[in-house]
Amino acid sequence: MVTMNVRVAGVGMTPFGKHEDRMGRDLFADAATEAIADAGVDHEAVDEVFFGNFMGEFAEVQGHSGPLAAESAGVPAPSTRIESACASSGAAVRQGVNRLRVGDADVVLVGGAERMTNLSTAEATEALAAAADAAWEIRPGITFPGAYSLMANAYFDQYGGTREDLAHVAVKNHANAVENDLAQFQKAIDVDDVLGAPTVSSPFGLYDCSPISDGASAAVLVSESYAEEHGLETPVAITGTGQGTDSLALMARESMTRTPAAEQAAEAAYADAGIEPGDVDFAEVHDCFTVAEVLALEALGFYETGEAISAAREGETTADGDLPVNLSGGLKAKGHPVGATGGAQISEMTKLMRGDHVNSDAVSDATVGVTHNAGGTVASAVVHVLEVVE
Amino acid sequence: MTREFRDTGYDDFLEALEAGEGYYLAGSDGDGFLPPRNVHPRTGEPLEEEPMPEAGEIVSLTRTQVAAPQLADDAPYTVAIAEFGPVRLTGQVRAEDPKSIEIGTTVEADVGETETTGDRIVVFRPR
Repeated sequence: MVTMNVRVAGVGMTPFGKHEDRMGRDLFADAATEAIADAGVDHEAVDEVFFGNFMGEFAEVQGHSGPLAAESAGVPAPSTRIESACASSGAAVRQGVNRLRVGDADVVLVGGAERMTNLSTAEATEALAAAADAAWEIRPGITFPGAYSLMANAYFDQYGGTREDLAHVAVKNHANAVENDLAQFQKAIDVDDVLGAPTVSSPFGLYDCSPISDGASAAVLVSESYAEEHGLETPVAITGTGQGTDSLALMARESMTRTPAAEQAAEAAYADAGIEPGDVDFAEVHDCFTVAEVLALEALGFYETGEAISAAREGETTADGDLPVNLSGGLKAKGHPVGATGGAQISEMTKLMRGDHVNSDAVSDATVGVTHNAGGTVASAVVHVLEVVE
Repeated sequence: MTREFRDTGYDDFLEALEAGEGYYLAGSDGDGFLPPRNVHPRTGEPLEEEPMPEAGEIVSLTRTQVAAPQLADDAPYTVAIAEFGPVRLTGQVRAEDPKSIEIGTTVEADVGETETTGDRIVVFRPR
């Protein structure tokens, strides 16, 4: 089968953070409008919309948001909401990629939105926990900081590592976000800040956790032939896509320190793109908690299992390291409006590659990037390979 | 608010566990699962009910300070995953000194109630 590359024609993203009084649809309208203008296509050219959203029913008493996303964007096209917890818009991107590849569409609008800050911390904790097993995990008290803490403590027990190692992940990602005006926290922190923060669920303090955020992201993806026929400037292509699934409950996994769904997604995306982990120049990964970045780097094949814990501390994944990770600030500092996160990774990586991101200089020679978007405790994972093709 | 509906499989398991008759669903490959489940999640083959070992081992735990509303009065609480032979359970640790429980501690599983709502949940006690 000949695999057709998909071009990223345009991207858009609201600032992530607190958008008091603004509805999810309103935020998506901003992101979609920006992406469509960036692409230089007509609204009527969009053949289909895939919209990621996780907690609309909980936060806004709003389900069935596919049609709402399309009308907010001013796009008269079939539209479907994709829900895969925090991987919702990564999965939406994948749906769009696949639709273009089979030739059913020439132009798709993908992305997502989430409104969260209208909820209290306890309510947001409850809403996010819905991505876990309602009977076997939520009832005894698993929260998402708690679930990833269980993974972190198991990792420490199995492979070693310390809270300080994880603190360097937070410090790095905050440093990357300082100049990013779309980021929720444009504030540098140090290791002592992380270690001294109030405990959320041991070993995690507040700075080990991504924040509660509002925001939206969007991308216009087009077929190569459409880009050529319409003279669109599309220097970035999505050359690989992969998705993996695991047992929903953490306790049902063979290992609490590996994320096989992400491993499967990465293997599929790399094979699809015809690359190896060693070909990757930089990555945007799902650092919902500091340990999540460690697990992502191992699942993506950049490190052996048990060895990525020191990557940030050693400077290997900093902006000037061999493999810059989360130059956008990641979920940790850029923010994590969950249904928008996967689309935001595509938006930020595209800008980093095109040279119009504030941190583009860190990857000026880069040609291959990878995005890693996870749902729940990585029961769902979506990986995309992006390449500079022009 | 206390849960006012019954979940077949889950509630059956809690009742069995409380009666000292905990069980799991076994695949022919030796893997174990919790109900309700008709088939092996990775192969689709039928499962057989087997008695759950009485003693388990903590494989990870965390002390949670920030809870969802239904556990607001329980916080801080310690939640753990414990391995009972081929099956793992998630539960709250109930011990006079929760700090005495660590990875590797031997526990037994029982049924307890949450402080906030009185909902019945799996709990672990040191053995």
